Amino acid sequence: MPMNLWVLIGIAVMVGGFMLRFNPLLVVAVAALATGLAAGMDLLAVIAAFGKAFNDTRYVSVVWIVLPVIGLMERHGLQERARALVAGLKGATLPRLLTGYLLLRQITSALGLTSIAGHAQTVRPLLAPMAEAAAQPKDQAEADEVKAMAAATDNVGLFFGEDIFIAIGSILLMKGFLEQQGIVLSPFELSVWAIPTAFAAFAIHAFRLWRFGRRRR
Amino acid sequence: MIGLSQVYLLAGLAFAVFAALSGGDSSNPRRWSNAAFWGLLALSMLAGDRLGDLGNGVLVLALVGIAGFGGLGRGAAMDDSAARQQRAERHGNRLFLLALVIPLTALAGTFLFKQVPDLVDPKQVTLVSLALGAVMALALGLAWLRESPVTAFQEGRRLMDAVGWAAVLPQMLASLGAVFAAAGVGQVVGSLMSGVIPEGSLVGAVVAYGLGMALFTMVMGNAFAAFPVMAAAIGLPLLIHQYDGNPAVVAAVGMLCGFCGTLMTPMAANFNIVPAALLELKDRNAVVKAQVGTALPLLAFNIALIWWAAF
Repeated sequence: MPMNLWVLIGIAVMVGGFMLRFNPLLVVAVAALATGLAAGMDLLAVIAAFGKAFNDTRYVSVVWIVLPVIGLMERHGLQERARALVAGLKGATLPRLLTGYLLLRQITSALGLTSIAGHAQTVRPLLAPMAEAAAQPKDQAEADEVKAMAAATDNVGLFFGEDIFIAIGSILLMKGFLEQQGIVLSPFELSVWAIPTAFAAFAIHAFRLWRFGRRRR
Repeated sequence: MIGLSQVYLLAGLAFAVFAALSGGDSSNPRRWSNAAFWGLLALSMLAGDRLGDLGNGVLVLALVGIAGFGGLGRGAAMDDSAARQQRAERHGNRLFLLALVIPLTALAGTFLFKQVPDLVDPKQVTLVSLALGAVMALALGLAWLRESPVTAFQEGRRLMDAVGWAAVLPQMLASLGAVFAAAGVGQVVGSLMSGVIPEGSLVGAVVAYGLGMALFTMVMGNAFAAFPVMAAAIGLPLLIHQYDGNPAVVAAVGMLCGFCGTLMTPMAANFNIVPAALLELKDRNAVVKAQVGTALPLLAFNIALIWWAAF
């Protein structure tokens, strides 16, 4: 069967659209339409396929229901308390704070507790203000850098912890894929191979955090 | 049984309140755009299953139209930091207990709900626990802090407006992934990748597999979408069958190469773009930039690990 290279047009639209800084929602919609049309679907069929997929993935947007309680806590000074707590601790440096969070996030994720932390639940109300208090940035640009590093630390901890847990989606996906190809593995045989990378991720990111702290001093 | 439909009902109601409060925010010059945007999301959550595929598609186009032409606005901040500081001193560190309600409920729910599969859909334990945690924390917070629900939802709406259109980008990208899959983008990328490997080179095949996982994950925003493509194109035929590699290592560490890609792409919006919006960072890509320095050495480690451990 000859390959239809035109279906790659969606990737080109995404890269170009992001680089030219169009609104990302618009870019995604145009990429979906272009890809579907290139694959020979008619316009209404592409719109319907996209609508069906959107409806099937609503669970992605459920997380926003935490905002009223986060807003309520912030109104009563949660960020200020988080800052005060860290400012009151001697030796609470930025690298120590974020490395401790990284370790905690990796261990809890490895136990399958992936949703006990996250950007809306813990990074915005707690970790980011704590990191700011520990770093005491000079200006807005530096504060942004510190907050971005806090968010990055949450991601690294989550990604390179969760795959050690045997019942996480990616392990089940791999098991299912290999089984279809006649290779039968237990989830444990797969998840054990996430352990070396988990140590490497901790070492690399902790080292970067330490350097981040030194560079700022 | 408690499952997705109850969670969607709750989310739909929350978005409906955000929409109503946005419409009433006269300090926001684009308040009707915001109200329409959150209102459409409420409709999707509440009645998405009854709209039909084409109806949902039109709803998405309307969301895109609002965000892409004119966009959402933000109202004036309504709370001053002096008042917040004062309240913070009054409540002390007890506020942290309230902040812990959501994670602790998620923790307890993950273990307890699995014991009662008749009460809570076992596949949706995580989402149900998150929703329950949010509701319990809100109820406790309102009672303890003696605030009205309207105040809490106004604060929530303020945060929602700060996130803006980025709030639905993850869902949009997940949907784009489905369209890519239907159009066969994966197979084309996979065969292009397998075409560039030099014949008979094990190292070449390992590097192409690891890099391919990372790159295709960056395109799709999701390692789950990249794995079946790269495994079918390179991992299985070359690394596992031709070179007799250990399938557990090839699969597991290959997936982790993909996770390195996730750290480096704006397409993984819920991890990389949403936090930038939530933390009100100036640079939309600041989180990606903070992660590249970890992702690249870790990708090299993973590729070396496959080469060393699988053969």
